[in-house]
Amino acid sequence: MKPDAKTRIIGLPRRRVDGRAKVTGQTIFADDLVLPRMLHARLLRSTVPHARIRAIDTARAEAHLGVHLVLTGRDFPITYGILPVSQDEHALCPDTVRFVGDPVALVVANDELTAGEALDLIAVEYEPLRTFAGPEESLAHPEPRIHDYADEGNIHKKVSLSFGDVRAGLAEADHVFDDLFFYQGNTHLPLEQHAAVAAIDGDGKLVLWSSTQTPHYVHRALAKALAIPAAHIRVIATPNGGGFGGKSDPFNHEVAIAKAALMLKRPIKITLNREEVFLCHRGRHPVLMRFRTGVKRDGTLTGVHLQTLLDGGAYGSYGVASTFYTGALQTVTYHIPRYQFDGCRVFTNKPPCGPKRGHGTPQSRFGQEVQLDKIAERLRIDPAELRLRIVEQPDTLTANYLRVSTIGLAECIRRVVNASEWKTRYRKLGPGRGLGLACSSYLSGAGLPIYWNDMPHSAVQLKLDRSGGVTAFCGATEIGQGSDDVLVGCVAEILGIEPFDIRAVTGDTDLTPVDLGSYSSRVTLMMGNAAIQAAERARDVLADAVSAKLGVPKGRLVFAERRVFDAEDPSRGMSFSDAVCTAEAMFGTVGSTGSYTPPKSAAKYKGGGVGPSPTYSYSAAVIEVEVDGSTGWVDVPRVWIAHDIGRALNPTLVRGQVEGSVYMGLGEALMEEQIFRRLPQRLSRALVHKFPSMLEYKSPTFLDMPEIFTELVETPDPHGPFGAKEVGQGPLLPIMPALANAVYDAIGVRIDEVPITPEKIVKALAEKAAGRAPRYGPTRFPDVNWPETLQVPPPWEGGTGKATNEPERRTKALEGGPLRPAEEAKK
Amino acid sequence: MMRLPRFEYQAPRSLAAAAELLAARPATTMILAGGTDLLPNMKRRQQTPEVLVSLRQIAELREVRYGTGLSLGSALTLSELVRMPTLQRDYAGLWQAAAQIATPHLRAMGTLGGNLCLDTRCNYYDQTYEWRKSIDFCMKKDGRICWVATSSPTCLAVSSTDTAPALISLGAAVRLVSASGERTVNVADLYNNDGIHYLTRQPDEILADIRLPAPSGWRSTYWKLRRRGSFDFPVLSVAAAAAFDGDTVKKARIVLGAVASRPIVANPSALALRGRRLTDDVIAEAADSAYQVAKPMDNTDFALVWRKRVTRDFVTYALRELRGDDMRETRRKIARQTMMGLAY
Amino acid sequence: MERHPSTGLAVIGLRINAESRQVAFDPYKTLLEVLREDLNLPGTKHGCELGECGACAVLVDGTPTLSCLLLALECDGRNVVTVEGLLEDGRLHPLQEAFADLGGAQCGYCTPGLLVTAKALLERNPSPSGDQIREALAGNICRCTGYQQIVEAVQAAAAVMTPRDKPVQPVKP
Repeated sequence: MKPDAKTRIIGLPRRRVDGRAKVTGQTIFADDLVLPRMLHARLLRSTVPHARIRAIDTARAEAHLGVHLVLTGRDFPITYGILPVSQDEHALCPDTVRFVGDPVALVVANDELTAGEALDLIAVEYEPLRTFAGPEESLAHPEPRIHDYADEGNIHKKVSLSFGDVRAGLAEADHVFDDLFFYQGNTHLPLEQHAAVAAIDGDGKLVLWSSTQTPHYVHRALAKALAIPAAHIRVIATPNGGGFGGKSDPFNHEVAIAKAALMLKRPIKITLNREEVFLCHRGRHPVLMRFRTGVKRDGTLTGVHLQTLLDGGAYGSYGVASTFYTGALQTVTYHIPRYQFDGCRVFTNKPPCGPKRGHGTPQSRFGQEVQLDKIAERLRIDPAELRLRIVEQPDTLTANYLRVSTIGLAECIRRVVNASEWKTRYRKLGPGRGLGLACSSYLSGAGLPIYWNDMPHSAVQLKLDRSGGVTAFCGATEIGQGSDDVLVGCVAEILGIEPFDIRAVTGDTDLTPVDLGSYSSRVTLMMGNAAIQAAERARDVLADAVSAKLGVPKGRLVFAERRVFDAEDPSRGMSFSDAVCTAEAMFGTVGSTGSYTPPKSAAKYKGGGVGPSPTYSYSAAVIEVEVDGSTGWVDVPRVWIAHDIGRALNPTLVRGQVEGSVYMGLGEALMEEQIFRRLPQRLSRALVHKFPSMLEYKSPTFLDMPEIFTELVETPDPHGPFGAKEVGQGPLLPIMPALANAVYDAIGVRIDEVPITPEKIVKALAEKAAGRAPRYGPTRFPDVNWPETLQVPPPWEGGTGKATNEPERRTKALEGGPLRPAEEAKK
Repeated sequence: MMRLPRFEYQAPRSLAAAAELLAARPATTMILAGGTDLLPNMKRRQQTPEVLVSLRQIAELREVRYGTGLSLGSALTLSELVRMPTLQRDYAGLWQAAAQIATPHLRAMGTLGGNLCLDTRCNYYDQTYEWRKSIDFCMKKDGRICWVATSSPTCLAVSSTDTAPALISLGAAVRLVSASGERTVNVADLYNNDGIHYLTRQPDEILADIRLPAPSGWRSTYWKLRRRGSFDFPVLSVAAAAAFDGDTVKKARIVLGAVASRPIVANPSALALRGRRLTDDVIAEAADSAYQVAKPMDNTDFALVWRKRVTRDFVTYALRELRGDDMRETRRKIARQTMMGLAY
Repeated sequence: MERHPSTGLAVIGLRINAESRQVAFDPYKTLLEVLREDLNLPGTKHGCELGECGACAVLVDGTPTLSCLLLALECDGRNVVTVEGLLEDGRLHPLQEAFADLGGAQCGYCTPGLLVTAKALLERNPSPSGDQIREALAGNICRCTGYQQIVEAVQAAAAVMTPRDKPVQPVKP
């Protein structure tokens, strides 16, 4: 973590720019907003899992003292959704409810208590439909369809991609491993519950403040769902009290209160309660996986065939992307010469799944890393050594046409091996104690936008003031990850001023240029590059002016210490504010813009839109566990993790992201589950979230966390701002498999399922004692009628990135054909 | 934000005045002490009293009196108990139980009486009104069926108090005061095995104080199973107390918590110890005996089969600690804390 | 406690962040709601309103208390400190400095509850061990940090606040 001598701000641990506001309680979250004449809203949600709405009677609610307005599905004829291919949501359900929690009415009242009282006065008559509780049911019963647009029956999406002949790859292997894994769903649980305020501003335009990670996409969704021009809507993303992917979709409550504000011409606030946050969900998909992997005796992989089955819940959300992500990044970590991926997402009558930290990749990462542990054992190769042998090479185009830039994974492995004293402790800790290792990789930003367009993914505008102050405008959203700090840090570094001299204005569609949002770990890289470009352009203008004024060659000018001066004679120079005045006098008002568009992807096949990224981060982790042989109780005393960050812009924040990822990973590995309760079907149709509360959804406390030893591996990446890659998501990924592998080292049983609970360990121990396979996990993968496999020869087989059996097609942002904005507007 | 329903609030200054208020409308009046159980239940509309009688102003309910034993006012907070060195020394089981309740904040608010009267808990019941409507409610509130076992004639909600098993193992009693008089009952007799009518306390009675017998010769301990190191209610607990003559157990009590609608006194388990030294074999016998009486249901965290299975382990931990084994490392792994550094 | 004769609002007087205030509110409200909605102190947050997260913690008569489970009616005459009351003479409290500098706050939503809880800890125990800090803060959920930088921030603040002449208890990370 040595700071680069050439930087003054970048690379040094520093108080984040929003740190003071956060410790004084001055950060204004959405629910903190209070506007004159503001009303309060609540949503009535479906109490049945799948039904047609026969009738809704709102008369008694409307008559309730203090109620101003009641809206129902009739008021929202137009659908929206995050992906152009799944525009399947209504703000309020017009005719069908698809899960317990689907919103059917909005009540606006003087206060929240009154709105809540009125909810119970609304009578909804439901005509029940067959309920689909899990993938097997959705595969078995095509009718009734949860959504008519699904690929087939209740199968939302089916994909099959082959990169080389995987059967031949498995045939030439010395061993073929065939393993099933299951990863239970879980949710983000941001501490801040979603909240939004809608208002009509003085000139009659709609303003929405919301705790959203994606104000730009909310902006588009509002324009579509409310059929008003986007230019007449302003979306302001308030700082998010945690997001983790859970605030990346446009939500019912946002659209519904916007409509109500338009009707009442008064500000309206809605704040979801904790249960509603669980129902919004969009979290980790439950995924069943089958990994068939061929290996040579020396550990070389000859081919991998991965099949995944995702339980998508009731709506599309990011699900098509999630499906592809379960199969996208295997090749980026290890060299896989032939690779086939079959993915299937089904609709069920549960809250929709979507993107949670690691989006679609933690599930198959878990399977792959646990299987590698099994492979290492069979081949009698140390698991760390095995991985070092197969790590993908830098500057490589993978079998599925993802372009890998720098790879610090081998170094990450060496770091955690050394720090944990792996070589002397692995398999040597004695009964009940063990170490496990796993690795991972993740995107530094999705290479393609959610909707097809040729415009930049991120943009920054700078306004330079005579005072010497600079305002940096960017659409990026501060969700706790430190995006404002990245923005300010990059600009300050290049202009030679202090972070405190810069004001960040972010996440406001009226004031800031578009950034696509805080998802896919894209902000540091994309906004950072845009900020650097804008700052360099501003610096260039100032340098021209100062050079002309002082007669110093432009190339000799240095920007540092709030001054612009001659490198050869630092006394010749002027203050930064004088430089701005000089430039303003010479050229007029000083401002600049910068933007960033990712490099073109080499993947030209249908589905190749998911996975490309300017560069990938890498992580390796070792976890130590103690497991009680009688109860299966797991104790985790220590975690070592190394992360290839490229370059740490602010090491304090980077470490926080790594440790926070370890935290969330351990929660998923050990205790967090978004699961559902179905009542006896002869008595009830109920299908409900088992425990939508912070008490029963187990988020680890201060007392449940191990010591974490973090190492940052810095291999500056040419694509990253100052060489930086992502850190918000990647370090979560190795935690779950490292824990499973450690449990195996400790007690000799394989838990091929997440979460890894004492009950499962005890069951696996019982299997072992009975002489059966010492394992707990799924035993079958249901039959899926897979579609025709797209054949994409890998680069080393002369491939071009296109499928050989696919008709000519236009490159699209996402499989399924999102439309260009102009075409979409016509719909 | 979750909101309380509307209610009428009374804050009498004496126990007698509180008893009078309670007697006026016992069916629709509830006692408010620390609020940590009642107010969440009210926000979820599980309990919707018209009148709340707050005990906060009643000084006599906060008294600690030493005599042959110890008398604790019911409105003492759990933190106040945890800060009493005598409790830690003489009634270790009660101290350990109190120290492991919920979180530091909730211990600072919640009271001993409140923990004893804690509403029984169930995954089908501790839910919002909207959630419960989605299952057409259950027999404990607004419905007819017990969803835990649909043929059950009684509610199977779980006794989740930490202090009751400890107090029963210590042979404690409580004084119940009403407008028409007062009575003293053993803590063991304060409970019914019925998730709805789980208390033998009458609606007009106030639990005024808790009386512990002299600790002479007794050692006690409390072990709690829960997923996390804080917040969580017990899903199995073992309170054990024994009087020793040298190494030989003269008398013992073993009480299981969170495996029924009331604390379960494991008499056969305790009898197995009487007159014997706590050898590994004797402990195993007692543990097995306790395992037989544990009847957890599928309405809390963790799978019920596993909860029943580990009853043996938890009884073993407790008895080994009574025997004098150094159980600190095991406790650190189970409790995920030392409990030695309690700041509040 | 009084009732306003015509509005039905309850009226109490309390000491809030070293100021004496009278406040009128709907009597069903908890202290959390009155702080945020009637006293214009939105620094105190809420994540569940059921006592399951710790975000709403404030100090009541010096004790960390969940404002979501305390009736405002019961706060008459009491002394309440929220995150807005941590500044001393306009300067950040050492805990605030340390949280801001050392990564103790990411999204900042759990931070107010943690800060007041840590303040009470340091008032009782000026140089707590790592275990003591974790046990004192075990009622506050943070989803961002993994807690380690929070523990370090409390230790750093304790070191600043402990006079140099007093021996500082060595602290394990």
